[in-house]
Amino acid sequence: MNNQSTENISGEDWTMVIRPKRHLLELDLKEIWRYRDLIYLFVKRDFVAKYKQTVLGPLWFIIQPLLTTLMFTVVFGKIAGIPTEGLPNILFYLSGIVGWNYFATCLNETSATFITNASIFGKVYFPRLTLPVSIVVSSLITFVIQFVFLIAFIIFYAFRGVSIQIGPEVLLVPVLVIMMAGLGLGFGIIISSMTTKYRDLLHLVKFGVQLWMYATPIIYPLSEIPEKYKPYVIANPMTPVIETFKTAMLGVGEVNYMHLLYSLGFTVGILAIGIIVFNKVEKNFMDTV
Amino acid sequence: MPKTVIELEDIAKQYRLGVVGTGTLSHDLNRWWARFRGKEDPTKKISASNELSKVDTKFVWALKDINLEVSEGTVLGIVGKNGAGKSTMLKLLSRVTGPTTGEIRVRGRIASLLEVGTGFHPELTGRENIFLNGAILGMTRKEIDRKFDEIVEFSGVKKYIGTPVKRYSSGMYVRLAFAVAAHLESEILIVDEVLAVGDAEFQKRAIGKMKDVSTSGRTVLFVSHNLTAVEQLCNKAVLMQNGTITMDGQVGDILEAYRKSSLEIGEVKPYGTNQVEFISYSINDLNGNEIKEIKLGDSFKVLANIKFNEDVESTDLSLDVRNDSNEFISHVTNMDDQFFIAENKRGEQKTIEITLKNFSLAPGIYYISLWLGNMYGTFNYLENCLRLSVKQGEAFIQRNYPFDKRSRAVLQSSWEQKSD
Repeated sequence: MNNQSTENISGEDWTMVIRPKRHLLELDLKEIWRYRDLIYLFVKRDFVAKYKQTVLGPLWFIIQPLLTTLMFTVVFGKIAGIPTEGLPNILFYLSGIVGWNYFATCLNETSATFITNASIFGKVYFPRLTLPVSIVVSSLITFVIQFVFLIAFIIFYAFRGVSIQIGPEVLLVPVLVIMMAGLGLGFGIIISSMTTKYRDLLHLVKFGVQLWMYATPIIYPLSEIPEKYKPYVIANPMTPVIETFKTAMLGVGEVNYMHLLYSLGFTVGILAIGIIVFNKVEKNFMDTV
Repeated sequence: MPKTVIELEDIAKQYRLGVVGTGTLSHDLNRWWARFRGKEDPTKKISASNELSKVDTKFVWALKDINLEVSEGTVLGIVGKNGAGKSTMLKLLSRVTGPTTGEIRVRGRIASLLEVGTGFHPELTGRENIFLNGAILGMTRKEIDRKFDEIVEFSGVKKYIGTPVKRYSSGMYVRLAFAVAAHLESEILIVDEVLAVGDAEFQKRAIGKMKDVSTSGRTVLFVSHNLTAVEQLCNKAVLMQNGTITMDGQVGDILEAYRKSSLEIGEVKPYGTNQVEFISYSINDLNGNEIKEIKLGDSFKVLANIKFNEDVESTDLSLDVRNDSNEFISHVTNMDDQFFIAENKRGEQKTIEITLKNFSLAPGIYYISLWLGNMYGTFNYLENCLRLSVKQGEAFIQRNYPFDKRSRAVLQSSWEQKSD
């Protein structure tokens, strides 16, 4: 449609040139860095606004995973009797839930970026990627609180005589957290970019993530899966992440570094695709929303 | 010679009508499946029965052939009717959406103010919102820190700066929002109609602040329907019509041309779902003769023939009156007279007669817009589709010299002397 971008403007000191189409890989990540104050303020907003006028405030960060854990303990531990590698049910579920929650929140919330912020996006420009990034950061705060809570539980059980062997994998925890965030963000912004055209996806995401949880070893250990089906479960990029996370925290699980490497590759890939797609869509999405 | 800070070259923006907003995955899947089987596009077939299908694949040029250079320190007023492309142009400049063709070159930082209070969060305090809003508009925290006291001072809500803004009155809210925007430090400022909010006192202050900004050597692009504000603020102006810039020059000339052009009824662009539509409409005297002119105090009728393209339980009809500066004057609806247009069958046509009694707005030119719809949306909206000229006459006021031009409406009076 246009091929005039070849015009030589290098002689002039323009600070900004707006052209119809951006090159696919023309990412301005520096710009996001310039807007880091905005990311900080978005994080603060999310954090403050979420618990204003609630009685329990930030306690909700802990109540939610705790109640989920108790429910899993009753349903899957007591009634269904799914084994948890000899550990107390609560510890086993809680560690899985804390890890999964971070990924799921990142995915769920970033996937609505364009739709929920359409009114702001329609009025002012700032690098759109700042919003999903701020969601990842504010969810990280939630994760850290829940993580500390998990450690408290582990210590509590350790004192009561449950033998918990924290493996050397514990050093990998920061990497695992980054992978959870990366996978959630990557999938989230891809879906977000597609929701500008297909609203249906928004409905799909909510329960899609729920179903996905059952395909990830949260309520069951990977070792309980019959060999025949294992490759399918491991193909899920979240499986090695969660399994390694559990091994790091509780000392039980199957760590396979090849699988983890596969997950890492998957994370990098999905994140790269996500950023490229998001970057392409953000420019004109106001015309379709 | 001041240097050019904004340059627009062959800018055009195309919108696709009809397709917008209907994008659900199922539609597209349906379409692919139909194409795969070699059948006709099913979504096309469904909509073929109504008018909208004609628009379905139609492209509309919201902007065409825009070439413009703005030099440093210019306060440029952009005037034009609704739909002339002013807002689209500002959207392109503020990077909310991209152009279809062409190139925009800018020197310096742009801050755009298409709305006051963008991103304000009701739960946050005034202080927190100043920082958030400032950052959204492109300021860093340091800059906001430096300007914080000034912003609070200007907004006049110092006492409530630690209160969540949801507890603010709407006036306080707008003042705070404008205060943040007014303290932006960008070289180029883009402003759209924001002065239309707030009370008269605040508007005065806002215009004053804008004047300060413009005399400080910064470049301002200002879109407004408030011609007085444009006259006061701008030192250059452009006139936009149907997506192009038709005139570029001195403010006085442009405003005169704009006033003249707005006297004619342009092409009326219908808007809405078209479930019900206007077939014909006219202004008539009480005897049923079509007229274009009345005398002050006369009663007249607006006749609207409407057609139902679908079964519609009930529809409301309303009529807006605007003056020749496109200022909203009055609104009349069927509900005013407890009149209902109900039980309408597809294909049916009805003629609705609206009598406006003793017209008492000041002599001048008025435009009437017609609207059909219900609480869920608009069926058919025709903006400024009728023009009415009101002469002074003798029926209502009997002075033998022209009525004062500053007046908006006419109060009927009777006089007598009391004997003591």
